[in-house]
Amino acid sequence: MDTILFIICAITAVGCAFNLVLQKHPISSALSLIGVMASLAVLYLLLGAEFIAMAQMIVYGGAVMVLFIFVIMLLNAGTEKTSGKSWFAQIAGFPLLSAFVALLAFLIRVVLPPLRPVEFGSWVGGTAEAIGMLLFTKYLLPFEVTSVLILIAIVGAVVLAQKEID
Amino acid sequence: MGHVPLSWYLILSAVLFGCGIAGFVYRKSVITVFMSIELMLNAVNLSFVAFSYQLHRVDGHIYSFFVMVVAAAEAAVGLAIILTIFKNRGTLQIDEVDSMKL
Repeated sequence: MDTILFIICAITAVGCAFNLVLQKHPISSALSLIGVMASLAVLYLLLGAEFIAMAQMIVYGGAVMVLFIFVIMLLNAGTEKTSGKSWFAQIAGFPLLSAFVALLAFLIRVVLPPLRPVEFGSWVGGTAEAIGMLLFTKYLLPFEVTSVLILIAIVGAVVLAQKEID
Repeated sequence: MGHVPLSWYLILSAVLFGCGIAGFVYRKSVITVFMSIELMLNAVNLSFVAFSYQLHRVDGHIYSFFVMVVAAAEAAVGLAIILTIFKNRGTLQIDEVDSMKL
Protein backbone atom coordinates (compact mmCIF):
# COMPACT_ATOMS: atom_id res chain seq x y z
CA MET A 1 0.00 0.00 0.00
CA ASP A 2 2.82 2.37 0.92
CA THR A 3 4.68 1.50 -2.24
CA ILE A 4 1.64 2.11 -4.44
CA LEU A 5 0.94 5.47 -2.79
CA PHE A 6 4.60 6.48 -3.08
CA ILE A 7 4.74 5.54 -6.76
CA ILE A 8 1.51 7.40 -7.57
CA CYS A 9 2.68 10.56 -5.77
CA ALA A 10 6.20 10.38 -7.19
CA ILE A 11 4.92 10.02 -10.76
CA THR A 12 2.48 12.90 -10.22
CA ALA A 13 5.24 15.10 -8.80
CA VAL A 14 7.74 14.37 -11.57
CA GLY A 15 5.10 14.68 -14.30
CA CYS A 16 3.92 18.02 -12.95
CA ALA A 17 7.53 19.22 -12.66
CA PHE A 18 8.22 18.33 -16.31
CA ASN A 19 4.96 20.04 -17.26
CA LEU A 20 6.10 23.17 -15.38
CA VAL A 21 9.27 23.30 -17.48
CA LEU A 22 7.63 22.46 -20.81
CA GLN A 23 4.46 24.59 -20.75
CA LYS A 24 4.57 27.93 -22.51
CA HIS A 25 1.91 29.76 -20.51
CA PRO A 26 2.73 30.86 -16.93
CA ILE A 27 -0.70 29.90 -15.60
CA SER A 28 -0.21 26.28 -16.73
CA SER A 29 3.16 26.26 -15.00
CA ALA A 30 1.58 27.61 -11.80
CA LEU A 31 -1.11 24.91 -11.81
CA SER A 32 1.56 22.22 -12.33
CA LEU A 33 3.50 23.63 -9.39
CA ILE A 34 0.38 23.25 -7.23
CA GLY A 35 0.27 19.58 -8.32
CA VAL A 36 3.90 19.10 -7.28
CA MET A 37 3.23 20.68 -3.88
CA ALA A 38 0.12 18.59 -3.19
CA SER A 39 1.87 15.32 -4.01
CA LEU A 40 4.87 16.37 -1.89
CA ALA A 41 2.46 16.96 1.02
CA VAL A 42 1.27 13.33 0.73
CA LEU A 43 4.90 12.17 0.72
CA TYR A 44 5.56 14.19 3.90
CA LEU A 45 2.62 12.43 5.54
CA LEU A 46 4.12 9.06 4.54
CA LEU A 47 7.39 10.16 6.18
CA GLY A 48 5.58 10.95 9.43
CA ALA A 49 5.76 14.73 9.14
CA GLU A 50 2.16 15.74 9.82
CA PHE A 51 2.87 19.35 10.68
CA ILE A 52 5.10 19.95 7.66
CA ALA A 53 2.51 18.35 5.36
CA MET A 54 -0.20 20.70 6.63
CA ALA A 55 2.13 23.70 6.48
CA GLN A 56 3.06 22.72 2.93
CA MET A 57 -0.58 22.70 1.85
CA ILE A 58 -1.50 25.92 3.68
CA VAL A 59 1.63 28.04 3.16
CA TYR A 60 2.83 26.82 -0.25
CA GLY A 61 -0.27 25.45 -1.92
CA GLY A 62 -2.43 28.19 -0.45
CA ALA A 63 -0.65 31.45 0.21
CA VAL A 64 2.38 31.44 -2.07
CA MET A 65 0.60 30.02 -5.13
CA VAL A 66 -2.33 32.39 -4.73
CA LEU A 67 0.22 35.22 -4.74
CA PHE A 68 1.78 33.84 -7.94
CA ILE A 69 -1.53 33.41 -9.73
CA PHE A 70 -2.64 36.85 -8.54
CA VAL A 71 0.46 38.43 -10.09
CA ILE A 72 0.06 36.43 -13.34
CA MET A 73 -3.55 37.61 -13.63
CA LEU A 74 -2.67 41.19 -12.65
CA LEU A 75 0.09 41.52 -15.24
CA ASN A 76 -1.94 39.64 -17.85
CA ALA A 77 1.12 37.51 -18.59
CA GLY A 78 0.66 35.78 -21.91
CA THR A 79 2.49 32.99 -23.68
CA GLU A 80 6.20 33.60 -23.59
CA LYS A 81 7.96 34.35 -26.85
CA THR A 82 10.55 31.86 -27.99
CA SER A 83 13.77 33.64 -28.74
CA GLY A 84 16.89 32.12 -30.23
CA LYS A 85 18.55 29.72 -27.85
CA SER A 86 22.22 28.94 -28.23
CA TRP A 87 23.13 25.73 -30.08
CA PHE A 88 25.26 24.63 -27.14
CA ALA A 89 22.29 24.78 -24.76
CA GLN A 90 20.08 22.90 -27.22
CA ILE A 91 22.60 20.10 -27.76
CA ALA A 92 24.26 19.72 -24.37
CA GLY A 93 21.57 20.92 -21.95
CA PHE A 94 19.51 17.78 -21.47
CA PRO A 95 22.46 15.30 -21.43
CA LEU A 96 24.35 17.42 -18.88
CA LEU A 97 21.27 17.68 -16.66
CA SER A 98 20.61 13.93 -16.86
CA ALA A 99 24.25 13.27 -16.05
CA PHE A 100 23.94 15.52 -12.99
CA VAL A 101 20.80 13.76 -11.73
CA ALA A 102 22.30 10.32 -12.47
CA LEU A 103 25.44 11.26 -10.54
CA LEU A 104 23.31 12.38 -7.56
CA ALA A 105 21.30 9.15 -7.68
CA PHE A 106 24.52 7.09 -7.86
CA LEU A 107 25.97 8.92 -4.86
CA ILE A 108 22.74 8.40 -2.89
CA ARG A 109 22.79 4.67 -3.61
CA VAL A 110 26.52 4.12 -3.02
CA VAL A 111 27.94 6.62 -0.56
CA LEU A 112 25.22 6.90 2.07
CA PRO A 113 25.14 4.41 4.96
CA PRO A 114 22.27 1.90 4.97
CA LEU A 115 18.99 3.80 5.14
CA ARG A 116 15.85 2.76 6.98
CA PRO A 117 12.92 1.49 4.94
CA VAL A 118 9.99 3.87 5.20
CA GLU A 119 6.84 2.43 6.69
CA PHE A 120 3.80 4.62 7.27
CA GLY A 121 3.11 5.02 10.98
CA SER A 122 6.34 3.43 12.24
CA TRP A 123 7.63 6.83 13.35
CA VAL A 124 5.34 9.79 13.94
CA GLY A 125 7.71 12.43 15.24
CA GLY A 126 6.56 15.46 13.34
CA THR A 127 3.48 16.28 15.36
CA ALA A 128 2.66 19.89 16.06
CA GLU A 129 3.46 19.25 19.74
CA ALA A 130 7.01 17.98 19.10
CA ILE A 131 7.76 20.72 16.59
CA GLY A 132 6.42 23.39 18.92
CA MET A 133 8.53 22.10 21.81
CA LEU A 134 11.70 22.22 19.74
CA LEU A 135 10.83 25.50 18.04
CA PHE A 136 10.31 27.39 21.30
CA THR A 137 13.27 25.93 23.20
CA LYS A 138 16.25 24.94 21.05
CA TYR A 139 15.41 27.05 18.00
CA LEU A 140 13.99 30.09 19.79
CA LEU A 141 16.58 32.53 18.44
CA PRO A 142 16.17 31.50 14.75
CA PHE A 143 12.40 31.73 15.26
CA GLU A 144 12.63 35.32 16.49
CA VAL A 145 15.07 36.25 13.72
CA THR A 146 12.56 34.81 11.24
CA SER A 147 9.89 37.16 12.54
CA VAL A 148 12.21 40.11 11.92
CA LEU A 149 12.88 38.75 8.41
CA ILE A 150 9.17 38.59 7.66
CA LEU A 151 8.71 42.15 8.94
CA ILE A 152 11.49 43.34 6.60
CA ALA A 153 9.90 41.42 3.71
CA ILE A 154 6.50 43.05 4.33
CA VAL A 155 7.98 46.55 4.44
CA GLY A 156 10.14 45.84 1.38
CA ALA A 157 7.23 44.49 -0.64
CA VAL A 158 5.05 47.50 0.18
CA VAL A 159 7.82 49.98 -0.65
CA LEU A 160 8.76 48.21 -3.91
CA ALA A 161 5.21 47.81 -5.14
CA GLN A 162 4.21 51.45 -4.73
CA LYS A 163 7.45 53.10 -5.78
CA GLU A 164 7.34 55.13 -9.01
CA ILE A 165 10.65 54.84 -10.85
CA ASP A 166 10.98 56.82 -14.06
CA MET B 1 4.93 -4.65 0.33
CA GLY B 2 4.71 -1.87 2.85
CA HIS B 3 8.35 -0.81 2.70
CA VAL B 4 9.69 1.94 0.51
CA PRO B 5 13.48 2.45 0.60
CA LEU B 6 14.40 5.90 1.84
CA SER B 7 16.79 6.33 -1.09
CA TRP B 8 13.79 6.51 -3.43
CA TYR B 9 12.67 9.66 -1.65
CA LEU B 10 16.16 11.16 -1.99
CA ILE B 11 16.33 10.25 -5.69
CA LEU B 12 12.88 11.80 -6.21
CA SER B 13 14.19 14.92 -4.52
CA ALA B 14 17.21 14.95 -6.88
CA VAL B 15 14.97 14.57 -9.94
CA LEU B 16 12.71 17.44 -8.82
CA PHE B 17 15.79 19.58 -8.17
CA GLY B 18 17.02 18.80 -11.69
CA CYS B 19 13.65 19.88 -13.12
CA GLY B 20 13.95 23.11 -11.15
CA ILE B 21 17.42 23.78 -12.59
CA ALA B 22 16.13 23.06 -16.11
CA GLY B 23 13.24 25.49 -15.69
CA PHE B 24 15.50 28.13 -14.16
CA VAL B 25 17.94 28.00 -17.09
CA TYR B 26 15.59 27.22 -19.96
CA ARG B 27 12.55 29.45 -19.46
CA LYS B 28 12.32 33.08 -20.51
CA SER B 29 9.40 34.37 -18.45
CA VAL B 30 10.40 35.93 -15.12
CA ILE B 31 7.44 34.39 -13.29
CA THR B 32 8.23 30.86 -14.48
CA VAL B 33 11.89 31.26 -13.50
CA PHE B 34 10.67 32.27 -10.06
CA MET B 35 8.39 29.22 -9.88
CA SER B 36 11.37 27.00 -10.76
CA ILE B 37 13.19 28.40 -7.74
CA GLU B 38 10.21 27.44 -5.58
CA LEU B 39 10.37 23.93 -7.09
CA MET B 40 14.05 23.62 -6.12
CA LEU B 41 13.26 24.75 -2.55
CA ASN B 42 10.51 22.10 -2.38
CA ALA B 43 12.91 19.40 -3.54
CA VAL B 44 15.40 20.35 -0.82
CA ASN B 45 12.58 20.30 1.76
CA LEU B 46 11.76 16.73 0.76
CA SER B 47 15.32 15.61 1.39
CA PHE B 48 15.35 17.44 4.76
CA VAL B 49 12.25 15.52 5.84
CA ALA B 50 13.65 12.24 4.49
CA PHE B 51 16.90 12.61 6.46
CA SER B 52 14.85 13.55 9.49
CA TYR B 53 13.07 10.20 9.15
CA GLN B 54 16.42 8.42 8.86
CA LEU B 55 17.77 9.97 12.07
CA HIS B 56 14.39 9.82 13.88
CA ARG B 57 14.82 13.43 14.97
CA VAL B 58 12.54 16.41 14.43
CA ASP B 59 15.30 18.93 13.67
CA GLY B 60 14.99 18.39 9.91
CA HIS B 61 11.31 19.33 10.08
CA ILE B 62 12.25 22.60 11.77
CA TYR B 63 14.77 23.39 9.02
CA SER B 64 12.20 22.66 6.36
CA PHE B 65 9.72 24.88 8.22
CA PHE B 66 12.26 27.73 8.15
CA VAL B 67 12.84 27.13 4.43
CA MET B 68 9.08 27.50 3.91
CA VAL B 69 8.99 30.76 5.86
CA VAL B 70 11.94 32.19 3.93
CA ALA B 71 10.38 31.06 0.64
CA ALA B 72 7.14 32.84 1.50
CA ALA B 73 9.01 36.07 2.34
CA GLU B 74 11.07 35.69 -0.83
CA ALA B 75 7.93 35.22 -2.92
CA ALA B 76 6.40 38.42 -1.51
CA VAL B 77 9.52 40.52 -2.23
CA GLY B 78 10.26 38.85 -5.58
CA LEU B 79 6.75 39.34 -6.91
CA ALA B 80 6.89 43.00 -5.84
CA ILE B 81 10.14 43.31 -7.84
CA ILE B 82 8.46 41.64 -10.85
CA LEU B 83 5.58 44.15 -10.57
CA THR B 84 8.07 47.04 -10.54
CA ILE B 85 9.96 45.66 -13.56
CA PHE B 86 6.71 45.30 -15.46
CA LYS B 87 5.65 48.84 -14.58
CA ASN B 88 8.95 50.25 -15.81
CA ARG B 89 9.68 48.04 -18.82
CA GLY B 90 6.32 46.66 -19.87
CA THR B 91 7.77 43.19 -20.43
CA LEU B 92 8.18 39.92 -18.55
CA GLN B 93 10.82 38.37 -20.83
CA ILE B 94 14.17 38.09 -19.09
CA ASP B 95 16.26 38.62 -22.22
CA GLU B 96 14.55 41.94 -22.92
CA VAL B 97 15.68 43.34 -19.54
CA ASP B 98 19.30 43.82 -20.57
CA SER B 99 20.26 47.38 -19.68
CA MET B 100 23.39 46.12 -17.86
CA LYS B 101 24.57 44.20 -20.93
CA LEU B 102 27.59 45.66 -22.69
